[in-house]
Parts: sequence; structure tokens; C-alpha cells
Amino acid sequence: MSSSTTPADLEAGPRRDAKGEPPGRLKLGGLSINIRQSGIYIAFALIVVLFSVLTDGALLQPQNISNIVVQNSYILILAIGMILIIIAGHIDLSVGSVVAVTGAVAAVLMVNYGVPWPLALLITLVVGGLIGAWQGYWIAYFGIPSFIVTLAGMLLFRALTLTVLGNQGIGPFPDAVRTLSNGFTDTYLGNVGLGPLGGADVFSLLIGLIAIAGMAAAQWRTRAARAGYGQSVDPLPVFVLKIAAAAVLIMAVVVQLARFRNLPWVLVLLALLVLGYSLLANRSVFGRRIYAVGGNLQAAVLSGIKVKSVVFWIFVNMGVLASIAGIIFAGRLNQAGPTAGNSFELDAIAAAFIGGAAVQGGVGKVVGAITGGLIMGVINNGMSLIGSPSERVMLVKGIVLLAAVAFDVWTKRRAGAGAR
Amino acid sequence: MTDDILHMRGITKTFPGVRALHEVNLSVRRGEIHAICGENGAGKSTLMKVLSGVYPFGSYEGRIEFDGELCRFGGIKDSEDAGIVIIHQELALCPQLSIAENIFLGNERASRGLIDWNRTNHQAGELLRRVGLEESPVTQVADIGVGKQQLVEIAKALSKKVKLLILDEPTAALNDQDSAHLLDLLRGLRDEGITCVIISHKLNEIIDIADSITIIRDGQTIETLEMAGGQVTEDRIISGMVGRDLDHRFPPHEPNVGEEVLRIEDWTVHSPSQPDRRVVSGAGLTLRRGEIVGLAGLMGAGRTELAMSLFGRTYGVGISGRVYKDGREVHIRNVQDAVKLGIAYATEDRKRYGLNLIEDIKRNISSVSLGRLSRNGWVNENEEYRVADEFRRSMNIKAPSVQSVVGKLSGGNQQKVVLSKWIYTDPDVLILDEPTRGIDVGAKYEIYTIINQLADEGKAVLVISSELPELLGLCDRIYTLSQGRITGELPREEATQERLMYHMTMGQE
Repeated sequence: MSSSTTPADLEAGPRRDAKGEPPGRLKLGGLSINIRQSGIYIAFALIVVLFSVLTDGALLQPQNISNIVVQNSYILILAIGMILIIIAGHIDLSVGSVVAVTGAVAAVLMVNYGVPWPLALLITLVVGGLIGAWQGYWIAYFGIPSFIVTLAGMLLFRALTLTVLGNQGIGPFPDAVRTLSNGFTDTYLGNVGLGPLGGADVFSLLIGLIAIAGMAAAQWRTRAARAGYGQSVDPLPVFVLKIAAAAVLIMAVVVQLARFRNLPWVLVLLALLVLGYSLLANRSVFGRRIYAVGGNLQAAVLSGIKVKSVVFWIFVNMGVLASIAGIIFAGRLNQAGPTAGNSFELDAIAAAFIGGAAVQGGVGKVVGAITGGLIMGVINNGMSLIGSPSERVMLVKGIVLLAAVAFDVWTKRRAGAGAR
Repeated sequence: MTDDILHMRGITKTFPGVRALHEVNLSVRRGEIHAICGENGAGKSTLMKVLSGVYPFGSYEGRIEFDGELCRFGGIKDSEDAGIVIIHQELALCPQLSIAENIFLGNERASRGLIDWNRTNHQAGELLRRVGLEESPVTQVADIGVGKQQLVEIAKALSKKVKLLILDEPTAALNDQDSAHLLDLLRGLRDEGITCVIISHKLNEIIDIADSITIIRDGQTIETLEMAGGQVTEDRIISGMVGRDLDHRFPPHEPNVGEEVLRIEDWTVHSPSQPDRRVVSGAGLTLRRGEIVGLAGLMGAGRTELAMSLFGRTYGVGISGRVYKDGREVHIRNVQDAVKLGIAYATEDRKRYGLNLIEDIKRNISSVSLGRLSRNGWVNENEEYRVADEFRRSMNIKAPSVQSVVGKLSGGNQQKVVLSKWIYTDPDVLILDEPTRGIDVGAKYEIYTIINQLADEGKAVLVISSELPELLGLCDRIYTLSQGRITGELPREEATQERLMYHMTMGQE
């Protein structure tokens, strides 16, 4: 559709609102960094450095890294589901109670009824999905705000937990479940000496290398495909530098873990979930629709997107992820208790918002939410290492949450001021 | 020596990286109606924001003298104290409050901290009489129409002892009747000695009402025209606005009309809020390949309601009637059905209903047709980029790349994104609801060219517009709608503004 007859010179005036770099960009040599998007990662790096110094390096000790991962795994899993819900413009206050009730269901099935653990886990996931479907129905098809439905759910499923458990903790869990929550990969291939670092597990190192190779190959293919379509890509040195930086980061963590007790199984699970859901959010049609619904609901409706079904399924998904978190949490304590998962919803929501989600919806990334969760995890862990009392930890977490969202609002306002 | 109420001298306002105003001068005589014309983005609104203190003193260069005094406004409050009131395009009323409460919002009639309701409602009543609005002061604002809300805004301004009233696109959302009433009111205010500055895209209204016109282009004052002699024509103003003569506001087009593609019969729609009220009743129309058909009607005639109820029942309840696509009866239950049948609907309110403003151009263009761009549920992002970039070029969307956020684009470019989105669905029928609303003259021409090309490709285009000259310049055939009924069907040759208006007001009391 050429517009040769168009009086193009009419519009030749300063189109200031459509010109130039998006605001909020920092130029560092040849690298241009979007502060709003990378701010969270920079903040995470700074927090890690800060606590490494404050704890004389104890934060990055092999065992402590392992602890941070294992202790925060269930919050991180919840944060994955929560970010999708927040992107769609909703909220889920019930996840803590769903963690409790699904942990309780798993415990009752395995401990009281002796159901084999694989079947019991499957049933628990289905229960989680049904809980999500219940809430998704009221929200999507009945039209009650998610805040209300999940607030009710918070009470309902806590009550259900107490009923299922008969007001007492149930345990212990079979070994397989405990291994998933608390255990590590075996030393399948023996150990290797790493000089001054001592012995490390070959299998873990190998997995780390494979992960890096996979990441590099995938990034390379993406880059090649983009270049093939004539899109702009990072210049080769920058590209290599980015990959190398990521590789060093991954290997540093893996080496530390390999020196301790190999890879925690939950880390493997978490890595797969993060990878899968990142792809889902960015590349799948379903993921795109979540952003569309959250970005402008009415426009999504008029674009033929089945908004109700999208909302329904993200709540089903949240239920399933909450049941995974429920199993892991119960397995870690080796008992399903009536107070399990208390205030988890708040941690998951905080992780999503620290990780760059917008209150109005339409914005957010899975990796961002994970980083947000890790920021809180590192603060928790670091402060307890230096012996801070819990009220101070709470205080700091509250301030971090507020600061993160304030930063987001501030960058947005600056961006807005640029456009007339 | 003329008595000028306002002098703005050498106003320069820069935002990070852009200069929105450059050495702008504006003089307004006491007691006149002064119009400011310019394309979208020319700097009209920025200038008014400088004047009203939205951009405080110190954030711009130059000087403002109002009523003989140098102004140093720190905010809207200061300018209002001086007697300058601005009424924005988007009305700033609280829908759940009464008319009287809105009039005195922030300026309450109170004694010892308690609101004196008798005084509030009595004074509101007087103000309403002054603006000619026959409503009770205790009526909720949500219950009155946009035209009346505009009058409430003016009443609110009058309550503040206004000397200079600034109206930004006051008639953009009004039908002709309400517009005429508003313009009459402004004349009345002028006779009372209130000076008005009016920003409007409707040049015929400006010619009708203004005493002088200042034209702004690209952030600079171009000229001030005196209207007294009656010499100034619309084309004269347009040439000032665009910097060249526009011989033809509409691109030439030879229609090549083919067979029928869509027909609706006996189409009836009821209001969702009052299910017993018919919004569209027994309407029927036919669209043919390669034909541009207009739908004219006053505000509230049911134009958008007809279009949206047809487009997958996105409006209304109790919808009945028959739809034939390519001669076969079809049942459209939702938007997906409509898209599958090759029907596209570009909304009149692109910001609210048409675009995801926080996403980029490519994701907006692909949003309806992700199925075409994906395999097994996974989107081919490179293909998406390619398609979007093709549209960026062919539609002349002015943006650095298709990764630019849509919310930052100008109205014309946003509209091109909306059109791209629907054209990419490869429809047979495009319903374009107010396709040039809030778009400047140059971009309008581009949109008209696109519409002509769509028709040349054999698509049927239904254009809904409040601007009769636009329908007359663009369409091959025009239907008129009045109170939900099709009251006329005129081929291009027979249609005139007067005849259309006659049919559009049929059956109205």
C-alpha cells in the first residue's frame, strides 16, 4: 500500500512524540541500558555485594547459596504464577492457604491412606488445579473482582486445611517427596579436584556446562534469525560479552553448589519452571494474550481475545503451581501443618512487584519476579546471618518493596513527561 | 490602542529533547472570542497549559501579562485566582456527584466547615440558568449527557468569577445541536464581557464564532487573522495550519463497485442499561465490494451501537435480525466469529478500546491475528516483526521502529496502527468508526488514501463519521441513521450536507 499521493511533507514537522530513544535509558559506552527494565537486576547485584561484605563472604559460601535456593523455592514457584496473574491485572491473596490445603491433601493421601507417592502427587496437582478453577470461575465468568474472590479463598482454604488435618500436623512424608524438597542430586560421576576450591561434583558441573551451552546456542540461534530478518541485533562483541557474563554467573553458582552437596532438586525443578514459563509468557500465543488482557481489557475483547478463558486458565495455573509449592513446603518440614503457607501470598505478591510488575497490569516478567523473590530471600538470609532481629528484617523488606514500586512509578512519570 | 486582556510574549517551552513552543506570541483583546488553530502536536495545548499554570512560572521562557499584570503562576490555583479558567477536552467532573456539588467542587459554599446546601443549590441553580441548562442542581452528573456536562463545566467556570475562559476542543464530543447551543452561549458570555480562547478542529465553527484567529504551526506563531471582514475561509485557515494550500482535502477516487458482500436486515438492538429501550430498531443496510459507504447520524442515533452489535455482539442486549455474508445467512455470536467471517471494526475511541497503549507497535498489530503468526501456540516473533515493519512502511507510521510503544505516538499514527491491525486480518468488510477523530489535517489525508486503497482492493468499507464533509468527500453512498432507524440512503451525487441533516433529524422532536 504505497502512499505516494500522500502529502508527506505535511507531517514533516517535529514529531517529537515518536522520535528518539525511549526515555529512561542509560548510555554506557556502546551499551545502552534500559534502567527501568534492568534496574531490578542491578539492585539485586548491589544487594548481593552489600551482604557479602557485611557477612564477610558468608553469604556466598556453598552451603548458604544452597540454603537460599531451598528456603525460597516455594515462594519463587508462587511468584511465577503470581506474576502472570498480576500481568493480567488481577491478584491472588489465597495462595498461602492453597499451599496449606494442598500440602494437607498430599499428607493425608500419603500418610493416612498410604497412596503411592507418584499418584498422591498427581492427585494433589489436580486438587490445586480444581481450586484454581473454582476461583477462576467466580472471577472470570461470574465477574467478581479477584481481590474479593481470593480473599474469600484465603479463608475458605485455610478452613479446609484445618478440616482436612483435623487441626494437627500430619507427617512424615515418604523419602521421595522429602528428596524433592530438601535433597540433592547424587554424585553419579564422582568428584573432581578444583585446586584451592577443593572437591566438586562432576555431574553438577556437567549440568551447569550443558545449561550454559544450551543457553548460548539458543541465544545464537535467536540472534541469527533476527539478523536474517534484517532486525538490529547486538554487535558480536557485546553479544559474546553478555553470554560470557551469564555463563560466569551460572558457573559460579554451580561450582559453589557442587562443592557443597551437589544440585538441590528444587533448583532443577525451579530452573525448568522458570525456563518454561518465560517461554510461555514471551513466545506463546497464550502468554501474549495475558499481556493483552492486562494492558487494555476492552481492546482485548474487541480484538477477539477470549478474555474470560485467559483469566480462568491463569488462575487454574496458579492453583497448580501453589500445589507444587505446597508439596515442597510440606516435604521440607516433613509434615503438613495447619499454619503452613501463612503470608506466602504477600511474599509472592511482593516478589512480583519488586520484580517490575505494574499495579495496573500489562507489565512484568517471570525472570523479574524470580529476581524480586531472590532479593527478598537474600535480604532475609543476609540479615539473619548478621544477627538482625526479625522486626528489622520486616522493616527492610517493607522499605525495599515501597522503594521498588516508587522507582517504577518515578521512571514512568519521567518517561511520561518526555511525551509532551 | 486596543485593550488587550492578555499578552504572551516569546513563550518558549522545552521538554527533555524537544522544543514544544518556540517564541510564541499571543495577544487577546478584552471581550473577544479568540480561536487558536493548528494541527495536532502544533503546541496549542502546551501553550494553554503554560497560560493556566499547569507548567509553572520558571519552567518556560518568555512573559505573560494578564489584565496588565505580569503573571507568575505556580499552579492552576494561581491562574484561577487571577480569573483564567481552562476547560479541558476530557471533562473533569465527578459523575457520582450532583451538578451543584461539581460546580462548587474545591470552592464549596460553606460556613464554619459545614456545607450550606441551600446556598449551594440556590447559587448552582442561578448559574445553570445563566448557561441555559434546564436541570435540577441536585441531578447526578452521570445522568446527563455530554453536551449538558460541558455546560456544567462552564457554569463551574462562571462560579469562579472568570475573566478569561479557555476551552480546549469544547465541541469535539457534541452533536450539532449541542454544539450550536454551546456556541450561542459563548456569544452570550462575550456580550457579558468574558473573553474566550477556544481551541477547535472544527473550522466551520471557528469561522462562525471567532473574532480573531491565531494559527500555530510546529510550536511557532504563524499569523493572527481578523475575522471582521468575513474574508477568511476554511481553506485559508488550513493553508496557514499546514503551511501550503490544500487544493483537495480528499484524494480523488474512482469507485469500482462489485457484488454484495454484507447485508443486514431488520437489525434491532436494546440498551444494556435499559433493556426495554431500543437503540437500533429494524435497521437494514447493504455493503458491496469496492464500495465506501457512509453512516451519518447525530450523537446518540445508534451508529456505534449498530456497528458494535454487529461486530460480535460487543454492545447491547436482545439483539435480533439477520446478517448475510456473501449472500449466506450467518450468525455472529462473538468477536472471533466476526473476525473469521472477515469483518473488522476499528473503534471510535482508539485509546480506550482500540490499542494496548503500553505495548509496542508490532504487538498491537499482531494482536488479532496471532494465529496466523504462530505454530502450535508458539509465536514466530521474527515473522511478527517483519509483518509489522511492512505495515510501518506501507502505512507510513512515523516511529523509529515497530518496537516503539504505541502510547507515545501521535493520534494519526495510532490510528494507522489500529488500521494495520485490522487490515492484517484480511477482512472483506471494514467498519471504521470515526476514523479521523482527533487527527490532524495531513494525517487525515493519509487515512483517506488508505480507505480508498482498501476499496480498490475489493473490500467493503463502512465509514461512521460525525463530520458530514468527510462523508461527502469520501463515500460512494451514505446511509442516515436517526433514533436507531435508517432514515435515508443517498448516492454520492445526490448527497449534500443539508439533505443529510434533513434525514438525520427525521423523527426528532
